[in-house]
Amino acid sequence: MMLTNRSKQVVQKELTLAEQLYFPAILKGMLITLSHIFRKTPTVRYPEQKREIAPVYRGQHVLKRDEAGAERCTACGLCAVACPAEAITMEAGERKKGEEGLYREEKYAAVYEINMLRCIFCGLCEEACPKEAIFLTDRIVPSSFTRGEEIFGKDKLVEPADQRVDVSKRQTKAVLDFKQDKRHYHNQTHSDRLLSR
Amino acid sequence: MPKVTIDGISIEVPEGTTILNAARMIGGEIVPPAMCYYSKLKTSGGYCRTCIVKVSKGSDKDPRPMPKPVASCRTVVMDGMEVENITSAEVLEARAGVVEFLLINHPLDCPVCDQAGECHLQDLAYEHGKEASRYEFKRREFEKTDIGDKVQLHMTRCILCYRCVKVADQLTDGRVHGVINRGDVAEISTYIQNAIDNDFSGNVIDVCPVGALTDKTFRFKSRVWYTKPVDAHRDCPHCTGKVRLWYKGDDVARVTARKDKYGEVEEWICNECRFDKKKTSDWVIEGPTHVDRHSVISANHYESIRALKASIERQKKSLPHGTKVGLGQGALDPNNPN
Repeated sequence: MMLTNRSKQVVQKELTLAEQLYFPAILKGMLITLSHIFRKTPTVRYPEQKREIAPVYRGQHVLKRDEAGAERCTACGLCAVACPAEAITMEAGERKKGEEGLYREEKYAAVYEINMLRCIFCGLCEEACPKEAIFLTDRIVPSSFTRGEEIFGKDKLVEPADQRVDVSKRQTKAVLDFKQDKRHYHNQTHSDRLLSR
Repeated sequence: MPKVTIDGISIEVPEGTTILNAARMIGGEIVPPAMCYYSKLKTSGGYCRTCIVKVSKGSDKDPRPMPKPVASCRTVVMDGMEVENITSAEVLEARAGVVEFLLINHPLDCPVCDQAGECHLQDLAYEHGKEASRYEFKRREFEKTDIGDKVQLHMTRCILCYRCVKVADQLTDGRVHGVINRGDVAEISTYIQNAIDNDFSGNVIDVCPVGALTDKTFRFKSRVWYTKPVDAHRDCPHCTGKVRLWYKGDDVARVTARKDKYGEVEEWICNECRFDKKKTSDWVIEGPTHVDRHSVISANHYESIRALKASIERQKKSLPHGTKVGLGQGALDPNNPN
């Protein structure tokens, strides 16, 4: 039975004298190699030179802080339950008195780890997050020599208060409206709450 | 024995049975949800109105329909009564309104709340509620308080179902726990911050349908869906010792009573079992618990109710006009394909 009409009968005929010499074939191969030298190189010299990537590229995650600098994540675990690769683990802590400026709500992630070797950068964690705390960014996850270094803790994930990571391109209008709605408790900063008393 | 028909399914029940309990005898999707009724607590029910149903025919003697939806947990069946629950659009609409009212003062802090994932209010809102709230005003605010050293009360989350009050009344001797104030400012409280030291006071955690009363020994330890429940027992001098252990990894994260498919405690357990026995060596493990209704994975089964309604409608249309749709007892039970 023939599935396509592209099949060819294999013939094992004797090689001609020219073919037996192999010279023409080698020459042909060398010419192909030579022609590639003059072509434009497809590689770039990363990290000095960076390839252009889409603004919504899904790279290394960031845990955002709010306008006042408090961490938005409350360790609700929805990112971890949404994660198809089971790359996210966390442990919750209870906020103590005086830490209101550090953590937005009474519960926070004391430990938050993403295994970058497991992560498939699908972005479901970002979609699941009810607090707009986790975003994927256009940063590429650096490679490393050991597996341990690829488990990113809060030290690598939380954005520093003075070096904010811009995720504005990933925030749709719906997300921005949701974030600005002060009726939601989690959108109020500590000072908002003090003022409302 | 009075015969009652609920959503086209007939059943004979003993005299004095409520509509809710008759529906539970039939089982399946037609059972009205209940937030305050608790079969193990006397005089519970009648506060939350989530179990409302439409009585389209009062009885054989007086076939007039009841003028408005009634609370099925407090209404006793009459012979020949016909009740509509999920087949009535009016009931579903009214129930969505009740859910909206219950959520008016609820803080919706599910990402922080320890009850999330096994919360009856969450289930109710997913299955019977509307997508968004129209409420724009400030919600009630309370400071969280400790009731004893093992139970924490978040009054903001409370829906005033009175289940914990009934537990304090009926299970513990020397009641120190109740509702103070009235109306909008009503709150669960203890008598001038008295600690509850009764052996069975921890059961208020299990009966609470929301996260208002939570276990302090489990506070923020884990989300419910990361713990694995197993049934276990021990020789306890105070109670039957039949409990459910919730494992996180190799550790017992918390101990609760066993609950049936309506989220009701099967047997009350004592505080020693609940709070102090958190080692595997304290228990004899019977096996893993079957999880279905309160699983976060199976949370959204509203689609199946709609599919069921559609199938009942189809059956009604295919039969001659006026014929009752005669599904047998237990026909809507997913475990019984016949």
